[in-house]
Amino acid sequence: MTEFYRQYLTVAVFAVAAMVMVGAMLGVGVLLRPTRPQDQKYITYESGSDPFGQFGQQNVRYYLYALLFVIFDVETVFLFPWAVDADAGSGLGWFGFVEISIFTAVLVAGLGYLWRKGLLKWA
Amino acid sequence: MRSLAVDIWGGWATTLGIKTLIVMGLIPVGALVLGYTFLLKMMSHMQSRLGPMDPGGFHGWYQLIGDGIKFIQKEDIIPEGADKRVFKMAPAIVVLSTFLMFVVLPGGPDFVVAKDLDVGVFYALAVSSLSVIGVLMAGWASSNKYALLGSLRAAAQLIAYELPLVLAVIGVVIQAGTMNLQDIVRFQASGEIFGWDGLGLPLILTQIVGFGLFMIAAQAELSQPPFDMPVAESELVAGYMVEYTGFRFLFFFIGEFGTAFVYAGLAATLFLGGWSVPFIDVDADIMNVVGPLVLFAKIMLVAFLMFWARFTYPRFREDQLQSLAWKWLIPIALANILVTGALKVAF
Repeated sequence: MTEFYRQYLTVAVFAVAAMVMVGAMLGVGVLLRPTRPQDQKYITYESGSDPFGQFGQQNVRYYLYALLFVIFDVETVFLFPWAVDADAGSGLGWFGFVEISIFTAVLVAGLGYLWRKGLLKWA
Repeated sequence: MRSLAVDIWGGWATTLGIKTLIVMGLIPVGALVLGYTFLLKMMSHMQSRLGPMDPGGFHGWYQLIGDGIKFIQKEDIIPEGADKRVFKMAPAIVVLSTFLMFVVLPGGPDFVVAKDLDVGVFYALAVSSLSVIGVLMAGWASSNKYALLGSLRAAAQLIAYELPLVLAVIGVVIQAGTMNLQDIVRFQASGEIFGWDGLGLPLILTQIVGFGLFMIAAQAELSQPPFDMPVAESELVAGYMVEYTGFRFLFFFIGEFGTAFVYAGLAATLFLGGWSVPFIDVDADIMNVVGPLVLFAKIMLVAFLMFWARFTYPRFREDQLQSLAWKWLIPIALANILVTGALKVAF
């Protein structure tokens, strides 16, 4: 097994360990906690009064931000390879800097366009 | 086949097992230390809260134990109409995200779980955003309107501040020329300030803008005041956590404070020199003992700043939160990257 895969195997082991810890704590909880079922306990909490109206009314005002985020986040990923190798001596130097400036300018232009369009304003 | 056996018994797997156990202990302990020191004691002092200072006599030392006993005694309640499987999985995913972040956080020259994970800081930020899924699942599955609203707010907030967080880190990556946190620490330890190498070069000196952005964004990622709209107790009671009781609620608590611990650790590592300390060689064996203590001291310092802001400022409005991220933090972060890049190339 190469060193490279070992690093990611570590990550996998940790994911399992997290689940084991959650399971163990819940297992201890089952042994220690009381159980006294009563119908009223299972009504959802709405500040003490009975739940009003239907559940399932959704506020989708945020979906535009989600779309925005996906675009910008994917573009952000491209900044990292340059950032690691930005040095003038051994790396990309001014060529890389000009390239990334253009790239960032496009990003900013996109953000400016959305701003102008009023997408960042609370409707 | 033989090499696999060596892998398992010849040290590597055993070491990994020990490291896993250490981190399994470290996460609840880190969460409790922050919760006790800052949430119970510092907040009580700053806001004149009498309750947490009372139980057990001296400074209310018994309060945390009492809270623990309370969590154990709570009945496990899943509201009717809830999506049971998703409801049960949500806290586990929040804890998972906290766990995975610890993999790359270095505490000494050999005191790190995965020291050759070269995507280091990028990986840490990537897994930190896993908790959004847990939060959304919790709100969605609870069958409660407060929870749903809280989780939607949380999702919008977490993704909006993910960008400044990542962009703030790029400045550090440009300067150090690596994403590996261990190498970033070494870079800072071996740096010099105008030819004087006494202190090394803690990157907060050159990346003060990045540090500010990182702290603000981390505060929002943790949903701490002034960015606590998702859990605003006076309007949404507790947001996505309303329907959780006992241990399941405790997981959200551990997730929140454990993540605060890691974010403070990341800030300390990226900007304050991490586990390195002036006048001791970074590769000296003693650093495996001193390093974790130094890192812990720096974590407490950064965490103090975070919680100070938490206990001082009132809550933002939802639209103020979004415009702060999109109209201020992201443009400033982009400008910071370009300036850092130009200086890096020029000098």
